[in-house]
Amino acid sequence: MLSAPTVSVSVDELREIAKRIRAHIVNMVARAQSGHPGGSLSAVELGVALFWNHLRCDPANPLSPDRDRFLLSKGHATPFYYAVLAERGFFDPGLLGGFRTLGSPLQGHPSMGAAPGIEMSGGSLGQGLSFAIGQAIAGRMDQRDYRCWVLIGDGELNEGQVWEAAMAVPHFNLGERIVALIDRNGIQNDGFADDIMKTHPAEMFRGFGWHVIECDGHDMAAVDQAMSEAEKPRERPRCIVAHTVKGKGVSFMENNPGFHGKAPSGEQLADALRQIEAGL
Amino acid sequence: MTAPTPASAATREAYPFALTELVEHGVDVVAIDADLSVSTMGYQFGEKHPGRWLSVGVAEQNMVGIAAGLAATGKTVFIASFAAFLPGRCFDQLRTSIAQPRGGLNVKCVGSHGGVTVGEDGMSAQAIEDLALATSLIPFDVIVPADFEEAKQALVAVGHTTRPAYVRTGRPKVQGIYSRGYRFEIGRADLLRAGTDVTIIACGIMAGVALKAAELLAADGVSARVLNMATIKPIDREAVVRAAIETGAVVTAEEHQTTGGLGTAVARVLAETVPAPIAFVGVDRYGTSGKWDELLDYFELNPARLAAAAREVIGRKR
Ligand SMILES: Cc1ncc(C[n+]2csc(CCOP(=O)(O)OP(=O)(O)O)c2C)c(N)n1
Repeated sequence: MLSAPTVSVSVDELREIAKRIRAHIVNMVARAQSGHPGGSLSAVELGVALFWNHLRCDPANPLSPDRDRFLLSKGHATPFYYAVLAERGFFDPGLLGGFRTLGSPLQGHPSMGAAPGIEMSGGSLGQGLSFAIGQAIAGRMDQRDYRCWVLIGDGELNEGQVWEAAMAVPHFNLGERIVALIDRNGIQNDGFADDIMKTHPAEMFRGFGWHVIECDGHDMAAVDQAMSEAEKPRERPRCIVAHTVKGKGVSFMENNPGFHGKAPSGEQLADALRQIEAGL
Repeated sequence: MTAPTPASAATREAYPFALTELVEHGVDVVAIDADLSVSTMGYQFGEKHPGRWLSVGVAEQNMVGIAAGLAATGKTVFIASFAAFLPGRCFDQLRTSIAQPRGGLNVKCVGSHGGVTVGEDGMSAQAIEDLALATSLIPFDVIVPADFEEAKQALVAVGHTTRPAYVRTGRPKVQGIYSRGYRFEIGRADLLRAGTDVTIIACGIMAGVALKAAELLAADGVSARVLNMATIKPIDREAVVRAAIETGAVVTAEEHQTTGGLGTAVARVLAETVPAPIAFVGVDRYGTSGKWDELLDYFELNPARLAAAAREVIGRKR
């Protein structure tokens, strides 16, 4: 069996970390004047609770074969991902300033191994759960008990490959090795998910044989609790459907499809940082 | 698993033998099939090494992603399906999950039933685009073996590299060209017949057809060199240059459209080195059902057409 998580922090501390991540997100996107703030801000609590309290990993030894894997299937959420990796100690937060610039390891979408902690290349949606299956099967073959946590967008659920993989996880009995995290923010690229392509994530995953845990994706205690629940042994693979708000923490980005892939102006940035600091 | 007679076997039949040989060499192989293992012959490896073989159902995109995850942990992964679906159905997954990460993950794609000789299934199953797709994936080696022995050796060879590769195998049993003594090397063309007036550069099933064309030409007093260019990428530039210098004219022959496959690769080498007249023989239209040998004639992938192309290209020599 794997050891306990390498850190375990209080919910209050997690909330402070989440604030720092949110500030990084808006700063990175504003500096690059490009990137995806909306789906980054919606995933913050999921990432923070996971990386600080659940993911068994050692930032000083990022390629340890026994590490738990976090796989960012919704690859456009790099501002969130890179900020979490930096704050968790995988690399120098100074690198975040190069996000999306020429020669930086922090490309607009993740490039596997370009910086410590980047487990998988992404950018083309729908591929993370399949990758996790490969990792999990290798873990079973090699008798390593690591777990793969895969973050998937609700718009991303439109991709057929997600369902090929969702079908395969229970088929291969990978319930103890894979957890799916669905960022249910209700918005995709072109608009609200209910208008673009309606999905019913909880029912769909249940139908594919998963055990579904739903939670408020911005209630840090609830997210932490849901992840503990997901770690309990049971036959079915676990899927956490986190109900979130796209753009969470910045009023003018919240629930606004316009900020899926748009950078704030200088004025908006100052406003956003004030709001994040105040914890609105 | 009984060894077929290499004298007349399909290239796809080599697949389980190559995988087994790799396991015996100590390579940590995992092979995956997508509900066509009876056709790709992957099931035979599965019977022998059940712990190293997966069946993922009719889900080629998922298969590629699973392969990427396995390769990321250090496995040597083989995935197989019809050449029409691998790379066709999962090209984006091959690009972003296999070709791009870390300069290319260790995944070998085996497209069986390549070309028109898949036969009766008709045009939807006849892959004439797979080489164009595969050669466009930057770190990929792309290989089209000519017979059972070469297919086995080529599959073993790619299994010993850490690069991604695409290997096309075929459905019909074809006359063997090589014996056990042959030594396949990735990126090296094999001289099948010496000649001085023209060179026919062929791959796959067309290598045997080219030999027959050379006999037709010889009867007319034309001396045709025949090169088996099994590796399309990286191509054997030196062999192409020598053909241009020593014979002054080239015909390419492939069971694929003439854009993006062997002909294109050869033409590029000529353009960059010793320009020489070239004629392209391939399949530039969608087809019909039929027996595999009937289809070779239907698409004029036959000795007569190659001989005619050779005469025509010789006429263009300066
Ligand atoms: C295969 C593919 N098609 C299209 C896109 C373009 N794209 C980027 S993000 C996105 C919408 C994703 O929505 P969702 O998964 O809900 O992400 P979130 O709202 O969490 O940011 C689209 C269509 C892509 N990256 N990949």
